[in-house]
Amino acid sequence: MSVKNVTAPITRDVARSLRAGDAVLLSGYIYTARDAAHARLIELDAKGGAMPFEIKDSVIYYVGPTPAKPGHVIGSAGPTTSYRMDAYAPRLIELGMTGMIGKGKRSQEVVDSMKKYGAVYFGAIGGAAALIAKRITACEPVCYEDLGAEAINRLTVKDFPVTVVIDSLGNNLYETGVKEYLAGL
Amino acid sequence: MREIQASSITDKVREMCISANVVLPGDVSARIKACHDSEPWPGAKDTLAKLIENMNIAREDSVPICQDTGLTWVGVELGQDAHVVGGGLYDAINEGVRRGYVEGYLRKSVVADPLRRKNTGDNTPAVISVEIVPGDKLAITVGPKGAGSENMSRIAMFPPSKGEKGVKEFVVESVAIAGPNPCPPIVVGVGIGGTFDKVALLAKKAVMRPVDVRSGDPYYAAMEAELLDRVNALGIGPQGFGGKTTALAVNIETWPTHIACLPVAVNINCHVARHVTAVL
Repeated sequence: MSVKNVTAPITRDVARSLRAGDAVLLSGYIYTARDAAHARLIELDAKGGAMPFEIKDSVIYYVGPTPAKPGHVIGSAGPTTSYRMDAYAPRLIELGMTGMIGKGKRSQEVVDSMKKYGAVYFGAIGGAAALIAKRITACEPVCYEDLGAEAINRLTVKDFPVTVVIDSLGNNLYETGVKEYLAGL
Repeated sequence: MREIQASSITDKVREMCISANVVLPGDVSARIKACHDSEPWPGAKDTLAKLIENMNIAREDSVPICQDTGLTWVGVELGQDAHVVGGGLYDAINEGVRRGYVEGYLRKSVVADPLRRKNTGDNTPAVISVEIVPGDKLAITVGPKGAGSENMSRIAMFPPSKGEKGVKEFVVESVAIAGPNPCPPIVVGVGIGGTFDKVALLAKKAVMRPVDVRSGDPYYAAMEAELLDRVNALGIGPQGFGGKTTALAVNIETWPTHIACLPVAVNINCHVARHVTAVL
């Protein structure tokens, strides 16, 4: 299987060039955010506030890591289940976010936004948190530090292994992968 | 009456919280390796290889296997001839959880109230289930339970006419609905019988049972094997990307029930199926 090397932030054009099933090694910088941080971002946006980081071309990783042990950049850091962010993702895509990393299904509203604006949904391996942490080379706080594991951090990643699950055309590996396996039996 | 010091319970629970999150139980790691070896679908085999690599890194570096170090489920079997001294049983367990999660660099994932949602900061309180049993020993099972799989669990109060067929269909349907969300390959804990509350506890106990231990009742052992085959025939595969290995095991626990009831509960665990037991 060929592997694509992709650098984040990701432009809309690059997001549109990726296809469901692509194995990707992601490098560059990405932002962490999960339930509580998303709620705050959307509340801030509703009041007309600016995002606390550059949302254009950004990739958000749905993760709440364990505390870093002394000498470690970050604790274990695998993806959390993405559907809990479905209520918030369409607005962030509209604001310029081009990539999301998580695991599990997404709503039709999210997929429609991805198609409309050009964004991609990556799956990281749920539960492979110690392995993924090895691909994170820096972790800097951005905001909402009072949220602890749910704070927004900027991560520098090198060869972070992800798979394109849903692409900007709406192709979905969760559907095609199972069909292909069953057809091959 | 044998006396057991509360402090020794705290120490043991602290140690188990850390070890459970860092080292996968032998039954689960062996089953994942066996599934890797027998998985026919290349992409699925590659994903299972990454899970094996991950568990090796976690053990060697003493870091959590998964970032979701769970809400701590604790099952206690307290011998009726044992007496806890020097503090309360529940307090001793929660103090062990507090120390384990703070000192072990584990994530604090518990909010004090389900709607007001302020983090307690130390992963307490645990969810504790206590049973009084014969003897003078205290057996403690610590099972850090992740939310991705817990959220995919289901319960049904069927009429008895649904029968064996209806129960089996509910189990398979629950796994199909969950799809990629609970981090397959999963462990499927099934409770059948009892009451609304009892059946959920049965499912939790089923999910905490080692994956290489079958039901002691041949009728249910056969049902476990059949359901595992049916679940793996769904093709969901590791992480939901397609493949044979959707589940590592289906474990069933049962209880007598009312003439008008057929309760069924399905508690799902992810492949990081943590459970560790100690006897004091």
